[in-house]
Amino acid sequence: MSWFKRTFSSSIGRKFAMALSALFLLIFLLQHLAINFTSVISEKTFNSLSHFMGTNPVVQFALQPVLIFGVVFHFMMGFILEIKNKSARAVRYAKNDGSANSSWMSRNMLWSGLFILFFLAFHFADFWIPEMVYKYVEVNPSDPNRYYEEVVHMFENPIRVAVYCLSFVFLALHLLHGFQSAFQSIGARHSKYTPAIVKLGKLYSVAVPALYIFIAVFHYLAH
Amino acid sequence: MSGANGLNLTLKVWRQKNDKDKGQMETYQVADISPDSSFLEMMDILNEQLIEEGKEPVAFDHDCREGICGMCSMYINGEAHGPGRGITTCQLHMREFNNGDTIYIEPWRAKAFPVIKDLVVDRSGFDRIMAAGGFVSVNTSGNTQDANAIPIPKADADKAFDAATCIGCGACVASCKNASAMLFVSAKVSQFALLPQGRPEAAERVQNMVKQMDEEGFGNCSNTGACEVECPKGISLENIARMNREYLSSSFKKEEV
Amino acid sequence: MSVLDSKIPEGPIKDKWTNHKNNIKLVNPANKRLIDVIVVGTGLAGGSAAATLAELGYNVKAFCYQDSPRRAHSIAAQGGINAAKNYQGDGDSTYRLFYDTVKGGDYRSREANVYRLAEVSTNIIDQCVAQGVPFARDYGGLLDNRSFGGVQVSRTFYAKGQTGQQLLLGCYSAMSRQIGKGKIKMYNRHEMMDIVKVDGKARGIIARNLITGEIERHSAHAVVIASGGYGNVFFLSTNAMGSNVSAGWKIHKKGAFFANPCYTQIHPTCIPQHGDQQSKLTLMSESLRNDGRIWVPKKKEDAEAVRAGKLRGVDIPEEDRDYYLERRYPSFGNLVPRDVASRAAKERCDAGYGVGTNESGEAVYLDFSAAIMRYGQEQANIHGEHDASEARVRELGEDVVEKKYGNLFQMYEKITADNPYKVPMKIYPAVHYTMGGVWVDYNLMTTIKGCYCIGEANFSDHGANRLGASALMQGLADGYFVLPYTIGDYLANDIRTGSISTDSPEFEEAEKSVKDQINFFINNAGTKSVDHFHKRLGKVMWNKVGMARNEQGLKEAIEEIKQIREEFWKEVKVPGVADGMNLELEKAGRVADFLELGELFARDALLRNESCGGHFREEYSTEEGEAMRDDENFTHVSAWEFKGEPSDAVLHVESLVYDNIELKTRSYK
Repeated sequence: MSWFKRTFSSSIGRKFAMALSALFLLIFLLQHLAINFTSVISEKTFNSLSHFMGTNPVVQFALQPVLIFGVVFHFMMGFILEIKNKSARAVRYAKNDGSANSSWMSRNMLWSGLFILFFLAFHFADFWIPEMVYKYVEVNPSDPNRYYEEVVHMFENPIRVAVYCLSFVFLALHLLHGFQSAFQSIGARHSKYTPAIVKLGKLYSVAVPALYIFIAVFHYLAH
Repeated sequence: MSGANGLNLTLKVWRQKNDKDKGQMETYQVADISPDSSFLEMMDILNEQLIEEGKEPVAFDHDCREGICGMCSMYINGEAHGPGRGITTCQLHMREFNNGDTIYIEPWRAKAFPVIKDLVVDRSGFDRIMAAGGFVSVNTSGNTQDANAIPIPKADADKAFDAATCIGCGACVASCKNASAMLFVSAKVSQFALLPQGRPEAAERVQNMVKQMDEEGFGNCSNTGACEVECPKGISLENIARMNREYLSSSFKKEEV
Repeated sequence: MSVLDSKIPEGPIKDKWTNHKNNIKLVNPANKRLIDVIVVGTGLAGGSAAATLAELGYNVKAFCYQDSPRRAHSIAAQGGINAAKNYQGDGDSTYRLFYDTVKGGDYRSREANVYRLAEVSTNIIDQCVAQGVPFARDYGGLLDNRSFGGVQVSRTFYAKGQTGQQLLLGCYSAMSRQIGKGKIKMYNRHEMMDIVKVDGKARGIIARNLITGEIERHSAHAVVIASGGYGNVFFLSTNAMGSNVSAGWKIHKKGAFFANPCYTQIHPTCIPQHGDQQSKLTLMSESLRNDGRIWVPKKKEDAEAVRAGKLRGVDIPEEDRDYYLERRYPSFGNLVPRDVASRAAKERCDAGYGVGTNESGEAVYLDFSAAIMRYGQEQANIHGEHDASEARVRELGEDVVEKKYGNLFQMYEKITADNPYKVPMKIYPAVHYTMGGVWVDYNLMTTIKGCYCIGEANFSDHGANRLGASALMQGLADGYFVLPYTIGDYLANDIRTGSISTDSPEFEEAEKSVKDQINFFINNAGTKSVDHFHKRLGKVMWNKVGMARNEQGLKEAIEEIKQIREEFWKEVKVPGVADGMNLELEKAGRVADFLELGELFARDALLRNESCGGHFREEYSTEEGEAMRDDENFTHVSAWEFKGEPSDAVLHVESLVYDNIELKTRSYK
């Protein structure tokens, strides 16, 4: 077995890969949030940024596949690890008190992750697939001003807004454990810096989903 | 009739004849247990009672009964070594329970720790991980260099000691939702990684021990921290981070030979 | 001329070991591969021996009854390990360690063995550090030392309160390395049931697989017994629940002499018994006596009130407290040796001043309030708080005490639910270590050819009383540095023997007798559990063969033990099956042996008409209750030869010769 394969098929290597994809997605979430947030501030900025992201070949044909790979990898690896972990305990305890020694978030990454997966499916159906169809299947003419209208239209439906909000609550729960866990998995732990990482993690996990929720609610209420 | 402070308890205990038997929970009653008794003394009383009734006593591992040998291993009311922190099962006392309580008593559950009988499990996987690399390769000669030849910073020596206090009881595996042995393995990896005597073969060691750990069928670490909370010796998660670091750096840096 | 030949080499004491090593036969590396050695027990002695023998090239088969070698009871040793390194520059030397050990042992140990022990002690520390044992260090990065009871230098190396654990894990690591290489074949959860002799030589053992119940034959060219001490003959002791005498007793029954069984160390600072349901006693490190003051109430009525739960020790005023050690031994005070402190506690409790809550009121106070206030005042001065309130001084003092003894205080609180910072601890002596054991010569060979005995299981180095931090030293010295050399002298004659067959009639016979005993236990229609008998034996031992013994009590004990033994063989009930895990069956075999040893123990105590070290005969004491040794008649080792029943055992005597040390009376006044 090559050293590369050996490393990434080991328990620590798999967790390392999981953590790397997580850190990548953390950065993506911030970038996505930054662009979305402009929709609250300025229709024009939002449209121009969206148009850039939607038409720039580097973004579309280099970064977007990487992103999709990152997302798919994170989920697939999550499932593989989950299957391995479940099989490591064939017989369950008759009585188990998980809350005595660990947080709900840390024990339920699978469920919060799955919820996010369903959200992603929903989100793809809402935005990404229509966008792809619009651009590459129907090959509609480029319209740099359509994005804002589309967003506003989407958030007219209260059910959709509710689903979005709930999903971001799950994202927050996922992040509350995932953020610091990623650092632990890559071995980044130090008595000086880890307390700051933990604090930053909490801030990120609450603030980022809260801002996503804010955007959805803002558009629902504003229009 | 029960004494003034004696506890009357209902015990739900896992009974399993041998590794092939399916096993099941059985219910027993014990009466008039002194709150000053240790949990294992309560088990002794249950066993005396069972012998008197002509039944087979409950098999459980125990030896030093002072929290250092790591032999005792019961999952009590949903927690490894029961309620209370920084203790093994033998250090758990009955004053932690109330009259009339129902107590669940189960063996460690992990695919890598098959049940031998009742509450006794096979932890030889830990021994095999140790045999894969948990040592410094130095022969007994009486002619190694003087013990004070290499000064070791006190902070490192203390950290190595803290890691080395692991008693190998397996509570980390039992508590982990994934039955992962990372805390156990990382404690030994850390102890040697922190000492100059252990550095020369640190890369080999972590590679071999992790390989063996994976082969034994332990799960992966999800950083829930349950192991650290339940560890009777308070082994820190810091050790797991250190092992991750040691493992990854040795994977990417060490030359193939 | 005694049948016992100690084989002490000629020459001046400081050259004996070196000369001996230079003159004994060696086995060349190719031939070592052809030789098998069995090691029973994997504590400090057995573990270090197994690892070293395997490193040398022998094929080792190691056995332990626990689920891993790492669990042997050496792991529970707290205080430290002595070595004459003289790192502190306080005048320590091999001779001083030798001298202290012989004196501490009340002049009942073999000079040459003790000198060798002191000599190799320094190698142990080097070896352990090289293995990655994390000893305590000072801020300069060098090894730290502390001082221990009964000596005037700081020569004790330690790893917090877990020195035994760290040293054992060092051994276990070394063993693991050889297990990985296949040089040690490890048999966990196996118990030695008997030794097999072929042509008068130890050639193997019969072992029981404790998981499957299978009876197995294992052959070897030599057998090493490292099975620890027999303190559990008292039922309650600080030994592990599984600690037993069986391996030592089985070889005794096959021809190994058993020496000085009556030498027992009773440790003064243990947590008192809480009641009848107690299964085991817990030791608190001796180091507590550095700062704790030991006392009982001066007035009997106060003691009674405490026992009845109506009065708390902390509420007894200073003038009504009897600091009896300080009163009786003004120069050593609370730091008198273990045997003296233990007997003084028993004397007060027997006189009715005990403060224990169990039936017999067995407990005395160990009080830290004076130390807390003293340290607190010191800290207040350092911090410039000259008018600090009493509460503040106490707070500062508690901090200091916590830094020194935090883990012990925590352990005490876990067990008793009392906070020792606020109320005095209660302590009482408990059986801790047995200096007696299988007789061995200078090469550590028993009176069975090819059968060796090392560590606590043998009798050799501690005389009648062991000094603190010397048990670990002896175990590792035997296993790492003595046995691996001396065994070669014997095995050199076996290089052409080839592998030993297990099909011989000797194996057949040994296996049969083991199976017969197991079948007896399983099929016996008794009514009482094994523990029932063990507890009864323990009570007799504690009351009549314990800290203080007298002729009448010992004679009664011999009769009572005999009776219990007879009843045991009629009435014992062992549930479960023979062909599977059966913890009651394991206990039954062990208690059967304790019931025989107990009687020999009492006989040995009865015959030793003197008081020395851990053996105290009330008839042989001064009016003030101090021990009286009889050097004229008892400067010898009593080695017992098995002849059927313990009462038939024949006494052999090995005279002890002191060429390098003058015999003196120990005084701690």
